[in-house]
Parts: sequence; C-alpha cells; structure tokens
Amino acid sequence: MPNIAAFFLALAIVGLVAEMLRRKKLREKYAIWWLVVGIATLVLAAFPQLLDYVAQAVGVQLPSNLLFILSILMLLGVCLHLSWEISVVEEETRALAEEVAILRIQIERINEVMVAGRPAGSKDPEVEP
Amino acid sequence: MRNLENNRVLVIMPAWNEADCVGATVAEVLRLDEPYDVLVVNDGSTDGTPQLAAAAGATVLNLPFNLGVGGAMRAGFKYAQRLGYRQVIQVDADGQHDPRNIREVLNGLESADISIGARFADRGDYTVKGPRKWAMKLLAGVLTKLAKTPLTDVTSGFRAGNTRAIAQYLDHYPAEYLGDTIDSLVVAIRSGLKVTQVPVEMRPRQGGTPSHHPIKAAVYLGRSFFALAFALTRKRSNVALPLPLMAGKN
Repeated sequence: MPNIAAFFLALAIVGLVAEMLRRKKLREKYAIWWLVVGIATLVLAAFPQLLDYVAQAVGVQLPSNLLFILSILMLLGVCLHLSWEISVVEEETRALAEEVAILRIQIERINEVMVAGRPAGSKDPEVEP
Repeated sequence: MRNLENNRVLVIMPAWNEADCVGATVAEVLRLDEPYDVLVVNDGSTDGTPQLAAAAGATVLNLPFNLGVGGAMRAGFKYAQRLGYRQVIQVDADGQHDPRNIREVLNGLESADISIGARFADRGDYTVKGPRKWAMKLLAGVLTKLAKTPLTDVTSGFRAGNTRAIAQYLDHYPAEYLGDTIDSLVVAIRSGLKVTQVPVEMRPRQGGTPSHHPIKAAVYLGRSFFALAFALTRKRSNVALPLPLMAGKN
C-alpha cells in the first residue's frame, strides 16, 4: 500500500534540492546527501513493504526502528561532514587573513617609498597612514 | 621588498589589546644595541595597540580579525620567512619577558633549532600552584623525555627559532589552544628539530592580570592533556634534516 503523503513529501524534498542545485544555491557535495535521502524516501513511500522486508533481512523486529536508526546515522553523518567542511573553511580564512596582513605591510612600505621618493630598503619606522 | 637574505633578528610580539604595555615593551627592545627588528602582530585589537606599537618603532602586522596566539605567531613566522629572516624570537607584549634576555635565548640557537627561555630553571621567583602547577609539571616531564633534554617550562612564550623551526611551524599550523606552545613543540621534536632551554627570569606583567582562578586552572589542566595527547599522535612535519636556507621559498 503506497503512502501518498510520504511520497509527495519526498518528491517535494527532491524537487527543492534539485531546484537549489539548479540555481547554484547548493553545492553538489552537500546536495548529494539530501538527494540520497529524498530518493530513498520516494522508493520507500512507493513500496512500503520494502521496509518490512529489509528489516526482517537485517534482523530488526520493528521496521520503523530501522527507519529511525538510519535517519539518526544519516543526520550524524551530515553534521560531521558540515563540521569538517567549516574547519577547512576556517583554516582557509586564517591563511587569507595572514596573507592580507603581510601584503598590507608591503603595500604600505611601497607607498612610503613612493611618497618619499627614496630607494627601497631604507630603514624607517613604520608610520600609520 | 627587501633583500631575501636577512641577518637581522625578527622579534615577534603577538598583541591583542595590549595598549597599556606594548609601546614600552617595543621601545625597550629597540633601545638595545642589537640588530633587532620588532614585528607586532596586532591580533584584532580594539584599543590603540597598533598605533602605539608603530609609534614606538615596530612594524605592525594587522590581522583583520582575532586569530589567537597560534595564528598570530604563524602570521609572524610567515612574514619572517618571506623577508628572509634567519632567526626569530617570540616575546610577549606585556613586558613579562626581559628584552635583555633575548640575546641569551638566541644564543641557544647555536646548538639547537628552537631555544626556549624558561622560568623555573633555578632562576627568578616565578611560582604557580594547584592544577596549573601539576599540568606544567606533567607537560615538562613528558616533553623532557621526548626531547631527551631537560625542559622545565614548555608553555613559555619566550622562544627563538631558526629557519628550520620557522619552516616546521608553518608546515604544522598549530592554531588550537596551547597549539602555539605544547602542540608545536611536540610536533617539532618529533619532526627531528633540536630543542634547548635557557633559564630566564620573568618579570611581573606590566599590564593586565594573570588568571589564578581554580576553575580556569582546572580547565587549563584538562586542555593541556588534550593538546598533548593529540600532539603525540600527529603527523610529523617533513623538514629536511640538514640546515636549509628556506629564505625566499614560497
């Protein structure tokens, strides 16, 4: 007995993710998780007996429990993935901040030299512009 | 840009809202009759730290936002490497480290890659107690074993390095809490760098207040265990063993 409500919900999720991908609001590496979930939900909504079958096969007594454990694992995976990604982004931001700070000093130095009309390498205390 | 081989010494001072002492510390270092350039890494200060440091004669590296001591030091090391400095020394902006000791700590580099100006080494009267003391004792013990040379003050921020130390630090990026001291030291030792220590006296801070709160001290103990445990399992940096001239690389 297909579950109509669940089917349309899953369809909406897949549609939303696809649309966000199309508009470049979501990068593919993040979208892949949601697409997998959406499609799995679609399949399950269309063929609910599949869940009973799989639950029996892996030895879970209550099919809904299988669904819950899979959802929890999947959310955990997404959270970890996001934490990892944000760490990478933070590291990149740090590197950029350092780079910008060093470049700024060098530009200020060049400015000073140009203003003073003196050759580079003359030792001067830095002056705030 | 300047020439890429530089025989001067870069004194790196990470500073975050140190307006009440940074000027005096910079001036004190520059008054010495030594080939020192001072780089104050302004770690997102909201007071007058960068202006005061510049007025005192330091070069100021303005980070656009706060990166923590580890991040500030990495920026300073990167600057040193770009400009070809072959010796750098980290000095606290708060005046705890006596600039007259800089030469002594730098002399340690003759036989090592990293030289630490250490409190507790039978000189000065610096004391701590409670969990903070246990943490320091434990860390010192582990690091001494690892480095095969007595190290009594591994969290000291008064340390000098040569080009190998700079390259290793930049490779390892210790940005976490205690990363600038324990983590960076452990990975440096495991990567084959030689560490030595030079006893120095610490002066009372010229501004700000040290934290002696028991809960903070306990948290410090926990975090230092954490930092140590991770540092011991980290990947080694790949730094060539013979002393290379890393100047001008990147």
